[in-house]
Amino acid sequence: MTTATASVATADEGNRIRWADFAPFIALAVIVLLGALINSNFTSSANLINVITRSAFIAIIAVGATFVISSGGLDLSVGSMMAFVTGIMIMVMNGLAPAYGGWAIVMGAGVAICVGALCGLFNGLIITVGRIEPFIVTLGTMGIFRAFITFMTDGGSLPIDRSLREAYRPVYFGNFLGIPYPVLITLVVVLLGAFILYRTKYGRRLVSSGSNSEVARFSGVNVGRVRTIAYVIQGLCVAVAAICYVPRLGAATPTTGQLWELQVITAVVIGGTLLRGGKGRIWGSVAGALILEVIANVMVLSDMVSEYLVAAVQGAIIIIAMLAHRFTSNR
Amino acid sequence: MSALVDIEHNPPPQQVAMRAEGLGKAYGPITVLSDVTLDIMAGEVHAIIGENGAGKSTLMKLLSGHVQPTTGRMFIEGNPVQFTDAVEAEAAGIVLVHQEILLAPDLTVAQNLYLGRELTRGWMVDDRAMNRRTAELLARVGSVARPNDRVGDLPLAQRQLVQIARALLNEHKVVILDEPTAVLANDEVDALLDIVRSLRAHGVAVLYISHRLEEVEALADRITVLRDGRMIGTWPAENLSQRQMAELMVGRELDMLYPHKREATTAASILEVSDLEVEHGAWKASFSVRPGEVLGIGGMIGSGRTELIEGLMGLRPSTAARVRVNGKDIAERSVRSLMDAGLVYLTEDRKGKGLLLDEELGPNLTLQALDSVNPSTVLNRRAEMSALKQAVSEYDIRVRSLTLTAGQLSGGNQQKLLLAKVMMTNPSVVIIDEPTRGIDIGNKSQIYDFIDKMVREGKACIVISSEMQELVGLADRVLVMRNGRVVAELTGDEINEKTVIYAATSGIRGTAGEEAYDNSDRISRDR
Repeated sequence: MTTATASVATADEGNRIRWADFAPFIALAVIVLLGALINSNFTSSANLINVITRSAFIAIIAVGATFVISSGGLDLSVGSMMAFVTGIMIMVMNGLAPAYGGWAIVMGAGVAICVGALCGLFNGLIITVGRIEPFIVTLGTMGIFRAFITFMTDGGSLPIDRSLREAYRPVYFGNFLGIPYPVLITLVVVLLGAFILYRTKYGRRLVSSGSNSEVARFSGVNVGRVRTIAYVIQGLCVAVAAICYVPRLGAATPTTGQLWELQVITAVVIGGTLLRGGKGRIWGSVAGALILEVIANVMVLSDMVSEYLVAAVQGAIIIIAMLAHRFTSNR
Repeated sequence: MSALVDIEHNPPPQQVAMRAEGLGKAYGPITVLSDVTLDIMAGEVHAIIGENGAGKSTLMKLLSGHVQPTTGRMFIEGNPVQFTDAVEAEAAGIVLVHQEILLAPDLTVAQNLYLGRELTRGWMVDDRAMNRRTAELLARVGSVARPNDRVGDLPLAQRQLVQIARALLNEHKVVILDEPTAVLANDEVDALLDIVRSLRAHGVAVLYISHRLEEVEALADRITVLRDGRMIGTWPAENLSQRQMAELMVGRELDMLYPHKREATTAASILEVSDLEVEHGAWKASFSVRPGEVLGIGGMIGSGRTELIEGLMGLRPSTAARVRVNGKDIAERSVRSLMDAGLVYLTEDRKGKGLLLDEELGPNLTLQALDSVNPSTVLNRRAEMSALKQAVSEYDIRVRSLTLTAGQLSGGNQQKLLLAKVMMTNPSVVIIDEPTRGIDIGNKSQIYDFIDKMVREGKACIVISSEMQELVGLADRVLVMRNGRVVAELTGDEINEKTVIYAATSGIRGTAGEEAYDNSDRISRDR
């Protein structure tokens, strides 16, 4: 009864938390190690840079998805949205190219950012104001965005104007001090995302809304607004990914970004973010994106499994990750 | 304490239904319960009392097979038993009715009762037989629910009764009731006590855990007291007064539980509410509270008390002719706008609506006052930590580490954390819904002192409570609600348990019974 308040954390508790948080990074290290053992080409710097650069798109979108999922939501439309934003951006750039030359790229990128934010806002408002399950809403918009890009490309390919190609190419293929631009952009997005999620009042309110929306509401948090903003952040991330993606292939097609929602959600979940909300791990999501890309890369290099089965492996990973989580969290 | 009568002095005529011998439980190096030796007789009500953290829940879980003991043995009717889980214990005739309600909200009452043990006719589920049997059981426990009602649509109290009905479905030798009356109103409590008595008459051994010592006094044949994970002793109920029980639980002489009443205040009202109407909750409610005053709101569960206040806070659809806080009219009511005006609400549902159980103490403490703790958009971790340290010492929140999650605290400490959380916003009017639900006497008395202190500092406090004693002990003025209406306002000497209960159940004011309110045509919300 007379126990004084003690402020000493037991070593036991501290360690347990840390292990769970490190799990995705340890998994990444193990997979990289295995990759190096299986195929010596894997560790060549050219291959490693290639892998990291390719994972940039999923990593950037996964940052946004970390916000949405930790707020207690879900966005299945990210892949289609990416394709849709790509299509709009290419059309705007091509339209402006004759008049503005290289500036058309900047303007197109600006439009892409706006379209991405609006797509996210659309998802967010229907979910929060319309009070409909995020799963249903984004399943619907996934179909809508996919149909739009198919319509815009007329079922074929929508290439970027020749005059812009050279100027735009470095955004994906160029580098600064040896670090590819997409990797730098990812780094900026991740740092910004981590700052917002962990260091700002908005991030705190977002996590509390995902942890228990009633508690948040009773504490004066505008849960609807907080969640809507999360979808806008997701839209912005999709737009940034689209801007990096266009110069890689130089065109938008009906299959652009197909099944990316699977990769993005897998990356977020294996990164340690709780699917039911309330806990977001930005760096974990990045590790998740890298894990997926490394596994795909090792598969392609080693010829052990057909690269057509990459999606199957990724699908299996999310299931295994959830099973592992289930069995570790139940002690 | 050893001077008090021991069980041996009152040799029980009954047969021992269950015996625990040296029962104990440790999690790693931490012992939560040690050396409990206990006989539970067939046909007795055996109360287990103790403060939160005394080990009551652990003992119940050990006896009902939910948790396995690390030391000691158990016997049923003299035969040694070991349970690996609750299913085995139930097969042996022991059932635990949980304090928290564990029912599937989307299934009907009958489906819940028979969940996992459905009656069948051939390959088909026999709904008719189950519904018939369910109706009988519901009648027996005094529930107004029907077998086909969806459990999620029932009020909390009815759900509790359904849960008890479920435990009665099979014949059991030992029925363990963990805080069965925590969510029940007085008339429902009476019905429950009758059920317990009838179980006793049928020779069932009832282990009864409750914070309400008056119930224990009314019901128990013998009382076992636990404190700090140890068994203090077992006494025949007639040898213990409520005060002695409380002192045995706390291990010290009790000061007066309630603080002395303050001088009546004549200051101008700090909160004025007129004609507040809450959808499915309250009609035309008008009330006000002055600084330096505790306003109590009483009434049965389902009378619209919580709905009234949640409506006021903008948490439910509602309209009001006027809401005035600190002399300022509030047009758009929300938790946020009212908080900025100086009015805060502390919910009755601390686990569901009050605290983020998976989050640490700091984020929980500062969630509501986020803007005042962190003036800029960026979080100020240092300010948060110092606010937490201050709250922990000011509200005597007992924690072994500041990095625990809220869910790891005991109920009493959670309640103090929740109080500290709303007080972070520096309010002038504080509405507290069930300030001491499910917490032990030591914490209770502290919460009363905090309320007294804030009111003496010139704040106003509204206390909603199902415990009549609490209203009588704390409030300077009491509003009584019934069927969504304020039916009585009691002041000064008018405030006693009888007048409050009378007004809450009959809607007639005071003892004279001159003003009668007939609300019988207004009972649309209850059923």
